[in-house]
Amino acid sequence: MDYILHLILLCGIYMILAMSLNLINGKCGQFSLGHAGFWAVGAYTGASFTVFTGWPLPGFLMLFLSCIVSFLCAALAGVLIGVPCLRLRGDYLAIATLGFGEIIRIIIINMDVVGGPRGFTDIPKLSNLFWTYFWVGITILTFRNLMHGTHGRAIISIREDEIAAESMGIATFKYKTLAFVIGAGFAGIAGTLFAHAQQFISPQNFIFMWSAYILLMIILGGLGSFTGSIIGATLFLLLGEALRFFGETVAEYRMIIYALLLVLLMLLRPQGLFGKGELKFFWKGSKT
Amino acid sequence: MSESTTLFLYDLATYLLNGITQGSVYALIALGYTMVYGIIQLINFAHGEFYMMGAFIGFFALVSGVPIWLALPASMLGAGLLAMVTERLVYRPLRNAGRIPALVTALGMSLFFQYAGQALLGATPRSFPQVIPTKTYQWGELYVTNIQLLIIFCTFVLMVFLWWLVNKTRVGKAMRATSFNHHVAELMGIDTNKIIGLTFFIGGAFAGVAGILVGMYYNTIDPTMGMIPGIKAFVAAVLGGIGIIPGAVLGGLVLGVAENLVVGLWVSTYRDAIAFAILILILLFKPAGLLGSPKREKI
Repeated sequence: MDYILHLILLCGIYMILAMSLNLINGKCGQFSLGHAGFWAVGAYTGASFTVFTGWPLPGFLMLFLSCIVSFLCAALAGVLIGVPCLRLRGDYLAIATLGFGEIIRIIIINMDVVGGPRGFTDIPKLSNLFWTYFWVGITILTFRNLMHGTHGRAIISIREDEIAAESMGIATFKYKTLAFVIGAGFAGIAGTLFAHAQQFISPQNFIFMWSAYILLMIILGGLGSFTGSIIGATLFLLLGEALRFFGETVAEYRMIIYALLLVLLMLLRPQGLFGKGELKFFWKGSKT
Repeated sequence: MSESTTLFLYDLATYLLNGITQGSVYALIALGYTMVYGIIQLINFAHGEFYMMGAFIGFFALVSGVPIWLALPASMLGAGLLAMVTERLVYRPLRNAGRIPALVTALGMSLFFQYAGQALLGATPRSFPQVIPTKTYQWGELYVTNIQLLIIFCTFVLMVFLWWLVNKTRVGKAMRATSFNHHVAELMGIDTNKIIGLTFFIGGAFAGVAGILVGMYYNTIDPTMGMIPGIKAFVAAVLGGIGIIPGAVLGGLVLGVAENLVVGLWVSTYRDAIAFAILILILLFKPAGLLGSPKREKI
């Protein structure tokens, strides 16, 4: 039972990760492969905040504060990485963000304060189902309202055609950075929740493969669909768990199956489950 | 010259030599990267896995007693065929789907080869058989092994061969035409599918050579060995100017030397960060690469 509750909690974290990457990749069309890096920044800053300050506050308040701190830190990392990288386009941007994601991990390995390669231990268990899904709700609300306003329209226009958007007077660089920074910030929140759920994090948790997994989640659900990301994250988790039922050997082939799934999705159904659409009852009045 | 200065110079020469050796390996992989990118604008993430496959084919051939002069062409052929089959089955249906779907597919193929390799061949590193006895030549305090010389020699010969193939032969002319404009090349009677397949074959074969040479140099191979050199070879190709053949070799050498100097003179834990730092700097300040000329996007 505990295990199932833990899985539901992880599922919420994956949802936040997938939605935040979808804002960058699906809505704004800026292909980032370094999302695990922002996740790592959030996890490490959030955990450092609770462990090193040690304020005698109730757990939920501490978690709330560390979510805010990790949001700010990951968003700051998003600015530092986004401003130089977002001048690049398409596949160059993908490789540059991949590079930054790895650099973040290498920097963490070299920081002895947070345990370096040994990992960060003794993080208090503060995440619970309520607060995780509270943040999932905040993410949904924020992204929904963002996409309904002027900013959201501008972000979508960049995905559709960057040159046309620029000639219509949209400050494309500003909106690209905005989407990138907000996406990074929410990945940071997911990181804090993850650190306080697992109680132990190490640089091995944030390797490049995880960026590929988050990408798989959003491609599965549909690039550009937030409800799709939620379903995609859930399916990703369920698939991983379902494979366990077939015994240890099949669970070892999990990675092969994920990789094949990614390739087959691209070949057979590149738009994913939902394409760019949203589930209507869930995402009222949204057309894009 | 005082003794410490002399020693420092010998150290520096050693780092340079190691850097050039490692850079030659990056260059061999980067040649394939740059050819594939030049012809269909695809960042073939799975290219590093062809290098891994070349190393493993060489390993199994040598272990079963095949002499080295047969094992080398065998691993070239095997890695090349694998590259060609991958192109035929996976990349060709996506050729007109845009760059991002192709990139995601390449990423998926790379992960697939790595984990399929781990499942089939085992995740533990294997020690590569020593087929050529290592000879060390000494010059003062500087040591050079015959394998290092072999790697540098092979890279140079293959680069010259590739340059000759692309610039002086009919096939090369067809390759250049295909990369310049796919549709017009087809109208001129060039079988572009065949040419693209051939490009993948040559790229894969070069990566296969790099794999077997690295096996002899470091004496250890494992199924995930292709990931990091693959990405670094891409960095090398971008550094030299993607699509330019001498550029790939230049980029590989610069990257190898830079890495070894940083590791030798500063800290070893940042080894893998150097390549990415170089990539980001070159993309920001000279996106066309060291030997490329800038292009503006037009509507």
